[in-house]
Amino acid sequence: MKRISKQEYSEMTKRVSPPSKIGQNCLWAFCVGGAICLLGEILRQNFLSMGLTKELAGLAVSTCLIVLSGATTALGWYHQLACRAGAGTLVPITGFANAVVSPAIEFKCEGLVTGVAAKMFIIAGPVIVYGILTSEIYGIVLWIFSKM
Amino acid sequence: MNFLWAFVIGGGLCIIGQLLIDLTAMTPARVLVCYVVAGVVLSAIGLYQPLVDLAGAGASVPLLGFGHLLAQGVQKAVAETGFFGVLTGGFTAAAGGIAVSLTTGFIAAVLTRSKDQN
Repeated sequence: MKRISKQEYSEMTKRVSPPSKIGQNCLWAFCVGGAICLLGEILRQNFLSMGLTKELAGLAVSTCLIVLSGATTALGWYHQLACRAGAGTLVPITGFANAVVSPAIEFKCEGLVTGVAAKMFIIAGPVIVYGILTSEIYGIVLWIFSKM
Repeated sequence: MNFLWAFVIGGGLCIIGQLLIDLTAMTPARVLVCYVVAGVVLSAIGLYQPLVDLAGAGASVPLLGFGHLLAQGVQKAVAETGFFGVLTGGFTAAAGGIAVSLTTGFIAAVLTRSKDQN
């Protein structure tokens, strides 16, 4: 039997696997991601016309989208959409909510503490950690400048 | 016009994420982390607020907007309380979104059972 190197093997798999449809993936991501943001903007305009401040309107929009994402995740619909839409369902805040809700449901069998509550942070944890760290660095820079 | 920009900018930010996944084989978790960090940085150098003014939810709904929120929170807190604002600003601004996510996750987990994803 002929031994093949790693490089040859990766070339072979590349030849056999179907061509990646980057263009099609991007079109899906654009349409679905754009639609989620459009829904967010429609909600935001509604909340603003109800007299909410910009900050509260933003929070209200996030709340609606997160709850919507949680409900569709629980029903299994979000996963079906995500199979096609890729980053279109990942990048909006609904993707973050999906990353919290999905493992929470998945690991329910391991209990409410080490299952649901701990696994919620599988993806949300790193996002919060690095977000907060970066914001602290920015804060320190701002504080130093304010002292000068 | 607002709605068109929200769709185009929001969709465009998603295309960047899709390219990161397809071309660099980045995992979704890494993409999300990169987006939040990039959001803080873009907001810090003043590039993100104009995009929010233009596209509204098109810029604030993608996770870059979460980073923008953190940066704005820190900015406000440092201006108000000085050094301790460095520690409280980010979480104060993000509190609402995180609380809703965790609550939704908990309720969804209690009410439903996991099903075969295939």
